[in-house]
Amino acid sequence: MTADAVAALARLFASVSLLAFGGTQTVLPEIHREAVVLSRWITDRQFADLYALSQAEPGPNSFIATLIGYQAGGVAGAFVSTMAICLPPAVLAYFVARVWGRIRATAWRAAIQAGLTPVMVGLMAASAYILIRAADHSAAAFALTAATAALAYTTNINPLWAFAVAGALGALGIF
Amino acid sequence: MRGRVLALEPFVAPAAPQPALHELFWAFLLIGCTAFGGAMFWAQRVLVRRRRWLRPEEFADLLGLCQFLPGPNVINLATVLGEGYRGLPGVAAALMGLLIVPMLIVTAIAALYARFGGLGLVHGVFAGIASSAAGLALALAAHVGRPVLRRRPGASLPVITAAFAAVALLRWPVAWTLFALAPVSIALMWRRRP
Repeated sequence: MTADAVAALARLFASVSLLAFGGTQTVLPEIHREAVVLSRWITDRQFADLYALSQAEPGPNSFIATLIGYQAGGVAGAFVSTMAICLPPAVLAYFVARVWGRIRATAWRAAIQAGLTPVMVGLMAASAYILIRAADHSAAAFALTAATAALAYTTNINPLWAFAVAGALGALGIF
Repeated sequence: MRGRVLALEPFVAPAAPQPALHELFWAFLLIGCTAFGGAMFWAQRVLVRRRRWLRPEEFADLLGLCQFLPGPNVINLATVLGEGYRGLPGVAAALMGLLIVPMLIVTAIAALYARFGGLGLVHGVFAGIASSAAGLALALAAHVGRPVLRRRPGASLPVITAAFAAVALLRWPVAWTLFALAPVSIALMWRRRP
């Protein structure tokens, strides 16, 4: 079962890695669909927890792959998932970097980048929607989400401070 | 030799630094270990301000390349710089520096979560942090969306709405959504280019 899970993890994270224009944030819905809905490696609640962890720990945000990989396939799952989400983009970057000097100033390059941005924004909004549905099950939880969003949107506060306060409130059993 | 960083061609300085493999490894180790949340902020600090390998405009150009490519931006950055300075061995040094320590730490955290994540007090703490993190995700979408909506509301709002509806409400796979909407969106931007 674990070997199957590790193979499925490799497939999932390698395929989303090359779709992740704008970073892992834009492919969270796909990761959610596979990990929570189809393969049931983790619950909705765990998905929200692991996303929060991926924002609170060192390393690139894409280490949510490591966290989910561990839940589904132990240490091997964590390692394979990390490599699967990191290496395909690295190979692509290696080759594109060699021609970047030539394509950078072209009109089609600018149009592709400008055209991808609204799609990315829509996908990021969908990620937020899925995370909110997974994390918030009470009025107090929705209020905390709204307060953090407003604070992060209007100020440059380090998210770790928001997490410290939110964790302390959570320890009191508010949510 | 610095000319090998093709992305930086127009900015090549004659006395530019040429970091050795171990220097690449340690610089990206530092970036990987300090990068809470947004790694590019820390990459800028280390590469531009502390090590002075890159000038601010060079970093901005590299950021443009890394955002053009899919995948984690900081992985792309490590790959492009490693390649530019030291070829394939440079890529290996930069990526290993960036990934090894965080991967060990995160795996340990994952093991702790698997063991204790569901227990009373910890469960409560996570409930709070997860709600807060969902709020951060919302703010991130708003941050990235605001300048696009302001500059080209007519071209971007329909695309943003369609992508959101397809994935969040209709539960389409991200790949379908991307392949269906990206050509339309790129065509809109192509027609309205300055």
